[in-house]
Amino acid sequence: MIHDQIKVFPKTSTGISGLDEITNGGFPKNRPVLICGSAGCGKTLFAMQFLVKGILEENEPGVFMSFEETSADLSQNVRSLGFDLEELKKQKKLKVDHVRIERSEIEETGEYDLEALFIRLNYAIDSIGAKRVVLDTVESLFTGMENSVWLRSEIRRLFQWLKDKGVTAIITGERGEGSLTRHGLEEYVSDCVILLDFRIIDQIATRRLRIVKYRGSTHGTNEYPFLIDEDGISVLPVTSLKLDYKSPSELISFNLPAIDNLFAKRGIYKGSSTLITGTAGTAKTILASYFALASCHRKEPVLYFSFEESPEQLIRNLLTIGLDLRSQVNDNLLHIHSSRPSLQGLEMHLLTLHKLMAEFKPKTVIIDPISSLITVGNSSEVRAMLVRLMDMLKVNEVNALFTSLTQNKENFYSDTTVEAVSSLADNWIDLSNVNEQNKWQRNILIIKARGMGHFNGQKKFLIADSGFQLVEK
Amino acid sequence: MVKTEKFELRLYIAGQTPKSVTALQNITKYCKEHLNDNYTIEVIDLLKQPQLAEGDQIFAIPTLVRKFPEPLRKIIGDLSNEERVLVGLNIRPLGNKKGVY
Repeated sequence: MIHDQIKVFPKTSTGISGLDEITNGGFPKNRPVLICGSAGCGKTLFAMQFLVKGILEENEPGVFMSFEETSADLSQNVRSLGFDLEELKKQKKLKVDHVRIERSEIEETGEYDLEALFIRLNYAIDSIGAKRVVLDTVESLFTGMENSVWLRSEIRRLFQWLKDKGVTAIITGERGEGSLTRHGLEEYVSDCVILLDFRIIDQIATRRLRIVKYRGSTHGTNEYPFLIDEDGISVLPVTSLKLDYKSPSELISFNLPAIDNLFAKRGIYKGSSTLITGTAGTAKTILASYFALASCHRKEPVLYFSFEESPEQLIRNLLTIGLDLRSQVNDNLLHIHSSRPSLQGLEMHLLTLHKLMAEFKPKTVIIDPISSLITVGNSSEVRAMLVRLMDMLKVNEVNALFTSLTQNKENFYSDTTVEAVSSLADNWIDLSNVNEQNKWQRNILIIKARGMGHFNGQKKFLIADSGFQLVEK
Repeated sequence: MVKTEKFELRLYIAGQTPKSVTALQNITKYCKEHLNDNYTIEVIDLLKQPQLAEGDQIFAIPTLVRKFPEPLRKIIGDLSNEERVLVGLNIRPLGNKKGVY
């Protein structure tokens, strides 16, 4: 994102991973932010994370004024995300005030104002020196009170009061028919409005976030997928949008001279991405494993995503041709992550990758096979995700290798994954099996290698007990 | 005549605003008229005691709380509508027996 941009006004971290990038630095400091969305889209959690991370990471105490859930319920609900509200309360870093409005026990007669709410909020803020405030959701007042015209002006006054008080506030609002919030709160909070959305596409739930408005600041305008998992909310910037990554000219090898020699420079560029296509049983995984082991021999950690085989199965199978993955796993140089593609949505896969990359800091990432992900999303989504993935790997100068199962031998360009990946990949190796005189003959062909020459013909090879061997005539 | 339970009322205000003053005048008047001396009114100024707002779940000013007899009842506003206040507090105008729920 744009880091060198001049800061127009002070901003404060959102506490939501990825959102600071999209908002070019966070929420406007000391101003109210409106978070709207339909029921169950994650507003309360979003707001709570803003507070908790503010306390833990920025040392900014926070007040959570809840109009819906009780303090005890809130503590319980966010415990699964590792937020210990009770502990933060004990440390006087957090104050939760539950404003209970019981319509049945309240009568209204004559004029009144919400001064008591202001006093309560003020007291809570001052008692712990809060810098962050959440009002979740102030619209509940409308169901509790008759005079909505009066209430509106009071809410307007409340937002102004928050500004004057110098706190950064999140106000949540329920999505209304044809408007962002049911009672038009967006009219009053005009600095920053964020919309959360939750929809089901092809039976897989996806959450999305959009910055509707951010006055005085540039911001990403796309819909960004976001996730709620055991670490809370994270937003994925769609792409870094810039093609400005470094291009190392060092070379890396497959640790397999037969393959390396097919490239004019006896290897492929470090930090490049390689696609291996082929129909079933053409030794894609074997070649990928060579690549992984080569990286391990350079003492560069490898992250291997296996969407079809469990780690144990992969290790067992490759041992039969003399490839010892287990000792690399034991040496912590190889990390195999197996999961079913349909277990989660595409974004979730990408996030898992993100997280494992942050944790494991691999120099080489293998996705075997990337075509499995096709089953999870439609082609435009898959492509968008792959672009994001490639960008992420490129920026980190990670050697990437993807295998892809092709269906149509005659014309693999018609294959969705191939179409999506091949133009993005720097190197492309195609493997095939051809029936020759009642015998399957394996062939390898380099289709492209960006920035270097390569052997243009098909080479025959076989997989023996000792591994990959070219068949020389 | 049956001895009725004593009414414990609490009026929350925030400084001497016109609304608060009106509310206090109103409730004092209704109590004198309908409850004889059978009541107490405690006035709490939240500007002086902000910590008390949370306990009684006060969000509007002025708010009149009937602490006793139970159940707890709240009336928000300057209490200008006598009938509504009496109904809200469940006070029968003097001359009638105290109403029951």
